Amino acid sequence: MATLSLQDIHKSYGATAVIHGVSIDVNDGEFIVIVGPSGCGKSTLLRMVAGLETITGGDLFVNDARVNDDEPMARNIAMVFQNYALYPHMSVFDNMAYGLKIAKMPKAEIAERVGKASKMLQLEPYLQRKPRELSGGQRQRVAMGRAIVRDPAVFLFDEPLSNLDAKLRVQMRLEIKTLQRELGVTSLYVTHDQVEAMTLADRMIVMNAGIAEQIGSPLEVYETPATLFAAQFIGSPSMNVLPGTGTGRGVQLANGVTIETAVLCNGPVMLGLRPEHLVADKAGPLVVLVKMSEPLGANTLLHGQIKGIDQDFVVSLPGVHREADIKGERRFSIPAAATHVFDAISGKRINA
Amino acid sequence: MEKRVIFKGLWLPLLLVAPQMVITAVFFFYPAGQAIWQSLFIADPFGLKSQFVGLGNFEYLLADPFYRASFLTTAIFSISVTLVSMGVALYLALLADRLIKGSGTYRTLLIWPYAVAPAVAGVLWMFMFNTRVGVVAWYLGVLGYDWNHVLNEAEAMGLVVVASSWGRISYNFLFFLAGLQAIPRSVIEAAAIDGAHFWTRFRTIVWPLLSPVTFFLLVVNIVYAFFETFGVIHTITSGGPQQATTILVYKVYSDGFVGQDLGSSAAQSVILLGLVGLLTIIQFKFIERKVHY
Ligand SMILES: Nc1ncnc2c1ncn2[C@@H]1O[C@H](COP(=O)(O)OP(=O)(O)OP(=O)(O)O)[C@@H](O)[C@H]1O
Ligand SMILES: [Mg+2]
Repeated sequence: MATLSLQDIHKSYGATAVIHGVSIDVNDGEFIVIVGPSGCGKSTLLRMVAGLETITGGDLFVNDARVNDDEPMARNIAMVFQNYALYPHMSVFDNMAYGLKIAKMPKAEIAERVGKASKMLQLEPYLQRKPRELSGGQRQRVAMGRAIVRDPAVFLFDEPLSNLDAKLRVQMRLEIKTLQRELGVTSLYVTHDQVEAMTLADRMIVMNAGIAEQIGSPLEVYETPATLFAAQFIGSPSMNVLPGTGTGRGVQLANGVTIETAVLCNGPVMLGLRPEHLVADKAGPLVVLVKMSEPLGANTLLHGQIKGIDQDFVVSLPGVHREADIKGERRFSIPAAATHVFDAISGKRINA
Repeated sequence: MEKRVIFKGLWLPLLLVAPQMVITAVFFFYPAGQAIWQSLFIADPFGLKSQFVGLGNFEYLLADPFYRASFLTTAIFSISVTLVSMGVALYLALLADRLIKGSGTYRTLLIWPYAVAPAVAGVLWMFMFNTRVGVVAWYLGVLGYDWNHVLNEAEAMGLVVVASSWGRISYNFLFFLAGLQAIPRSVIEAAAIDGAHFWTRFRTIVWPLLSPVTFFLLVVNIVYAFFETFGVIHTITSGGPQQATTILVYKVYSDGFVGQDLGSSAAQSVILLGLVGLLTIIQFKFIERKVHY
């Protein structure tokens, strides 16, 4: 059964269309991440689900009931905002209890639910504090607590970690994931950070300019990106994309070198090579002029250009390589199975 | 910790605060000192001689039923002006806050009355409600209501309250609107998702978050009603009928300049001074503590 179902959802502000039809059936307990660059419409989509923006086209179902025209409070959802949106004049306890008080829940039950959530989130010592007396991570937890106590059908998150420092972000990411598994609540999570998307998602929606480029599990998107955009957006560092000409089971690049591919392709295509799939190979077909290296510890990024092609090219090699040793002309190869071919015009993946 | 710029030496700081000190001395300390000094004397009707009477002026005042009535009038007047001007302003600000398109025009239109001087506003309202030529008075007559603020005390009070509040609404509106817009949208949205409808949100979120602004306006408006409404009252009712609109400030004027009782007038100024000082202290000491979250 789908807890949440979006069917051809559109949004326009007057004459400007910002969402051009997004459809997805979200299964019970599934964690869906909406990922895409700034301005692509992620927040708008989420806010339409929350009822904070009107839906200008398509249908939205929560537990099989159409809720397009319902007020936010009638939708059985809870939302965690980017800036947490805590009530600044209320204690942590009151922040969490607010929705329950409005629902006229008995005092004892409110105390029990808030107690349980604050225990789960390690907020017990802070229940009487005001939000301004908490750290960013604690505020984040209060915002989560406020969503949890209401026991909603769907959780919505709008970039909840983007105000935290890198280390805390990693820690909270894990906490959110654990919590969501434990509670089994269907979730919709917006982020522009593809690492967050990869680690959290059961399935993700890769969005670009109001269009869902691909919907699939993180590995599906990584291994078989449906479009050039999805290919370049997911994966770090980003995929190298080179224009070329299909020659059956191969692509001839602008410098005349042909790279073997796993699929059949002809005519103008784009060849996608992930930096981490390139292998240092003295007899390899790709001659790269390495200009600079970035040691990351576990691996080293080499920046340069393929000989004869005036375009930046990145290679990720495992292990540590000193810049002085690695600079200059290096040869690489790539297994045919690790190549991606896209139609040069539509940007769609060629699968045959 | 507060960060401050530290000036070395004594002369620069003195120089910097000097203009403020001079102004305060000339326009506040000197007249206040004069008022206190004069409140201890009775002058003869021609202003030629004055006689020291100690606290006699004060004793006389506090025993005077007209003076005590003026206290009550002032209380009714200031509370009404404050409530009306702040209430209407808050209502308009709530409407403007929900409005996105055209709120600029709306705001500009609402600011205009603030630019009208109190005395001019008074004349304006006086003409509208003039018992013989006033438009509003005439329409009220058509509706069967016989408007006469020259004779009717309640009507006179109502009119000066409305006239005094009118110009203040703009001022209060600006502050309320700024206060409302400073409340993050997402907090309101979170409350909506939590199940709060408009009035619940207003009561539990907006009003508490607005309280610093409300408190500030409360202080400012009470001081306004006490002192700056002189022009309005002077042009519309001249304190009448039967002293029904003679607030303390107006009585200072009418006793001192019209009645030529300078000693009593000075004593009243001193009492007024003390009263406002007291009000401000009470407001800041006791109310302010509750409004900061
Ligand atoms: N009220 C509005 N009127 C017109 N256009 C709007 C309005 N609100 C948003 N937009 C447009 O809709 C598009 C999507 O905005 P949205 O906030 O959903 O982006 P986003 O993907 O969440 O970006 P970010 O990662 O920066 O938060 C943007 O191009 C934005 O300019
Ligand atoms: Mg956004």
